[in-house]
Amino acid sequence: MTVYQILNESNLCDYYAIDQTPGASRKHHIKRNYEFLNDSDLKHKLIDFTNGEKTAITFEIPQMHCSSCIWILENLYKLDDGIVSSKVNFLQKKIYLQFLESKTSLRKIVELLDSIGYEPQLNLEEKNEEKSKSEYKKLYYKIGVAGFCFGNIMLLSFPEYLSVSLSEQENLKHLFAYINIVLALPVFFFSSSDYFISAWKGLKKKIVNIDVPIALGISVLFFRSLVEIIFFHGAGYLDSLSGLIFFLLAGKLFQNKTYDTLNFERNYKSYFPIAVTIRKDGRETTIPVEKLAVGNRLIIRNNELIPADAVLIKGEANIDYGFVTGESIPVHLKNGEMIYAGGKQIGSAVEVETVKDVSQSYLTQLWNNKAFHEERESRITSLANTISKYFTFAITAIAVAAGLYWLPNYNTAFDAFTAVLIIACPCALALSTPFTLGNTLRIFGRNKFYLKNTHTIEKLASVEMIVFDKTGTITENGAAHVQFVGNDLSHEDKMLIKSAARNSSHPLSRAVFNFLDTVEIKNPVYYDEQTGGGIYAVIENRDVKIGSAGFVSHDRSDSNNDLTTQVYISIDNNFKGFFSITNKYRQGLEDVVSGLERDYELALLSGDNEGEKEKLKKYFAKNSELYFRQSPHDKLKFVQEHQRSGKKIMMIGDGLNDAGALKQSDIGISISDDTNNFSPACDGILDSVSFHRIKDFIAFSRTSKKIIIASFILSFIYNLIGLDFAFQGLLSPLIAAILMPISSISVVLFTTAVTNIIAKQRGLI
Amino acid sequence: MSVVVVLIGASLLVASGFLIAYLWAVKSGQYDDKYTPSVRILFENQKKENRNKKTEDRNKKEEEKSEPSSSS
Repeated sequence: MTVYQILNESNLCDYYAIDQTPGASRKHHIKRNYEFLNDSDLKHKLIDFTNGEKTAITFEIPQMHCSSCIWILENLYKLDDGIVSSKVNFLQKKIYLQFLESKTSLRKIVELLDSIGYEPQLNLEEKNEEKSKSEYKKLYYKIGVAGFCFGNIMLLSFPEYLSVSLSEQENLKHLFAYINIVLALPVFFFSSSDYFISAWKGLKKKIVNIDVPIALGISVLFFRSLVEIIFFHGAGYLDSLSGLIFFLLAGKLFQNKTYDTLNFERNYKSYFPIAVTIRKDGRETTIPVEKLAVGNRLIIRNNELIPADAVLIKGEANIDYGFVTGESIPVHLKNGEMIYAGGKQIGSAVEVETVKDVSQSYLTQLWNNKAFHEERESRITSLANTISKYFTFAITAIAVAAGLYWLPNYNTAFDAFTAVLIIACPCALALSTPFTLGNTLRIFGRNKFYLKNTHTIEKLASVEMIVFDKTGTITENGAAHVQFVGNDLSHEDKMLIKSAARNSSHPLSRAVFNFLDTVEIKNPVYYDEQTGGGIYAVIENRDVKIGSAGFVSHDRSDSNNDLTTQVYISIDNNFKGFFSITNKYRQGLEDVVSGLERDYELALLSGDNEGEKEKLKKYFAKNSELYFRQSPHDKLKFVQEHQRSGKKIMMIGDGLNDAGALKQSDIGISISDDTNNFSPACDGILDSVSFHRIKDFIAFSRTSKKIIIASFILSFIYNLIGLDFAFQGLLSPLIAAILMPISSISVVLFTTAVTNIIAKQRGLI
Repeated sequence: MSVVVVLIGASLLVASGFLIAYLWAVKSGQYDDKYTPSVRILFENQKKENRNKKTEDRNKKEEEKSEPSSSS
């Protein structure tokens, strides 16, 4: 049944009227078997909640792309009686469903979604986002409370600002001050709690992070205000306190820009199917992949992934390990040969027997590496934390000095001591980092370079070595561009060439093999492959030679440029022509490499064979390290070894085979043609259209760091002015209330304006 | 001057009303998804069939009410 028929039956044809381009054509419609969804264990892992009657579940639907999608998905109840409600979150591409167990089932709903082209992505990744969501909400609460208190305290402090003489109304003034205390309590104990927690955690690890001086400043502000109001009937600095917290939280919110649709934490579980078809007692059933045991007979159909290391039992296997090794050419296997997890079968169905558990398989073992389990302390400390160490000690020293200077006079000494700590509270310091980096994050996002968080920008700025993966990273996905130059080949010629090329695993032969569209294949009687030369094969009494010009004994008078590779053909010593094969490196590769070479050490790790080594050498400098035939483990080890010598490494990769290296490196960037597609766990996702701008991104991250330093200097100047007042014991609430917001706001304006101007100059906006 | 005290009290009361409204909005998830509602509001309201009887009845009543106005 077509999607239109389904929709028409339920009067849902408005679907086609809402958006210009509703729906997407379903390229390969395979009727998937969702029998495994009846498995109750699996079901309980997928659903959010059930009370036996009503069940709630969240699906991720990557196909969602327009307002029509929202509409149809929110009208699902018209297609299935049992669905009580459906609500879409478009940015996260998620749908929240509630259904009645008595009227429908999980399986039916999934089948329904699949039949109208919205196949839900089923995977068993831990649902850890719930936590970050509640954290996000907490920040909103805190900011709301701080904003409310800030506004009201300001209002009640107005008489103080205008020095309205309320001498006859002293009581009223006291009343205001006491209301201020009440209003400041939630700010101090609730809104600012993060700073105290973070400062405490830092101190426990003997790190003086930026939150230490902030926490110090906040507490001094609060307690001195209490003392002044209660014992001396003063006004206190509660307005400055609440304003400060409000600005700091606003900075935090600005910094927390997240890309909802992107997932930076994926592991192999999200690539693997959640269920497999097995043959048991002569019958085919589907079971969840978690229940797969050693010795099970699996049926792997076209385009299905092999979830565990297995041995081929029946059928003709053509396994595409592109996922695992980056090698895009399928491997032909015979009965009894090993198939490694992560391979994809191309062609007719095969039967395999598992020999290892899913988690112990060759590829998945990578995730047992400690790189994936240790919460690694980043080796790159943020600039603010580095400075705050010295800053805190300097400020404490100045405060003590100020106190000692006034010493016999205890009141002034106390005033001066606390005033120094108050005025030096590094609010501007703490604000400049989130606003500069938050803005940089947004600028990168506009250029399709999506980073996990702002700390990644600081890491990016300190990179020393860049490691590239080859397939999919510096080459474009999809087959190489092949063109035949010469007389048209007859059908028989094509068959002969294809048959000869089939037996070679050389990338060029594979490219020729894939290019020819004949189906018929004959086995050669004689076959010989010379490394660096070509193939000589005898098929049906005809001599077929495929290879370099010298091998085929053809003089190279034809056009010859460096970017294309020619594969010459002769049959029965008659020269037929040549295939011109252009390997599609990403646009701008040359500029990227030559641009980065000056400042960074470069390396290339490829899972492929050396076929392209010579060509790649032309791009990379002589001292760059180029390694081929690298397993995922080798890549991880390579990064580890270079880290040991103290280098800060950026890894740019794309597939599962780079997952270990991406995780181990100081900053792992995954490159993707379609950011909605999966990408392995990483710190950032780069859309391939922006590949040529890598250098600009790194340069801009360095600029951001300089902007932060400039704004630090700006805030130090404010601090010096304030310290002048503080040292003399003259810091009145009014001066504090003016100086602190001005310094904060001007720092925010400065960093935002400068980052935008520089980004514009460099064409990033 | 005691009127000031009353006014301060009133203003705080009103302001806390807004604060509570805001906290409730965050809690009920209005800040979770800042995009989809903007699209959802533009969809035409349709007759809701196949739902439980209560909503069906309510819809019927609404239809009856809305019909004269839509035809005019």
